[in-house]
Amino acid sequence: MSLKAFHIVFVTASTLLAFGFGAWALWQYFGDSRALIDLVMGVVSVLAGVALIVYGKFFLKKLKHISYL
Amino acid sequence: MQTEILPYIVEPRKDTGLYNAKVGIWLFLASEVMLFGALFSSYILLRVGAAEGTWPHHLLNIPLGTINTLVLICSSVTVVMSWASLKLNQWSKYKFYQAITILCALIFLGIKSFEYTDKFTHYEVVLKNGTSMTGHVEGSPLFLNLNKLKAAKTESIGFHPDAHASGHAEGAKGEAGGHGEGMKIATADITKLECFGPWHSTYLAIYFTLTGLHALHVFAGACVIFAIWGPLAGLWKKDPERYTNRVEVSGLFWHFVDLVWIFLFPVLYLL
Repeated sequence: MSLKAFHIVFVTASTLLAFGFGAWALWQYFGDSRALIDLVMGVVSVLAGVALIVYGKFFLKKLKHISYL
Repeated sequence: MQTEILPYIVEPRKDTGLYNAKVGIWLFLASEVMLFGALFSSYILLRVGAAEGTWPHHLLNIPLGTINTLVLICSSVTVVMSWASLKLNQWSKYKFYQAITILCALIFLGIKSFEYTDKFTHYEVVLKNGTSMTGHVEGSPLFLNLNKLKAAKTESIGFHPDAHASGHAEGAKGEAGGHGEGMKIATADITKLECFGPWHSTYLAIYFTLTGLHALHVFAGACVIFAIWGPLAGLWKKDPERYTNRVEVSGLFWHFVDLVWIFLFPVLYLL
């Protein structure tokens, strides 16, 4: 497996974490915490998840000539 | 005299389809998976086996952990971009991206040291009347305990208890302050004084083991990336393909280290 393939695995895991953490933080905020930091972390994390998807597409396009092996 | 050259350092072997260093790093990473896998399993067993209500929560600083996660994700992007730059023969871009990777590693380790120091200056004190409190000792000394207090013949300590009795208010949500009013405690009234080091609880023991081992991997990875980026950069002129392979192999290790953190962060900080 090349660095390209491993990077795709990593970006996928990071995207899942970003959305998962975002949901967790927002759930905390809308639950009982009402702490601004939870809202900020939740929003930033969801945005990071979206950014990672966009980056993943860009990455696949940029490195399409490099092998997965 | 003819010099022997190691085979398959650039071109792939026919049987594996890979150059030797790539086979080597994947074998090494397989052993690393076993190492971290064993520690993760230990964590799960310790947590599942803990009596109900005894597993601590909100001890760690989630905003700092989040920043560290973002820093490592950024560093993975720059590592792969630096490798892609070499593939496209863009040396200056490679140097730039790898410099950011090294900077990210330093930021990660800096934040981790801050978190560790915070734990080593955060104390649990148990008094003779049975009262138990957590907080900070005046002057923020590291690794203070009752024996040291007695040896230094200290008659009393200034103590700032946490606002929340069960944990570290600064920790979980990262809000500033979070301490109640300061108080004087006589050494003679104390039965236990212990910082939140690895010896304090099972949770902290596994936390320091996992994150300490991970931080050592970050440090080692950063050293290798720095060596290839700086002192060993001359190989690029002599054998660019071999140099690019070295960057790829170090990048594979770096990705593994980052992937471990992607699992560590939710397990230790959130659950």
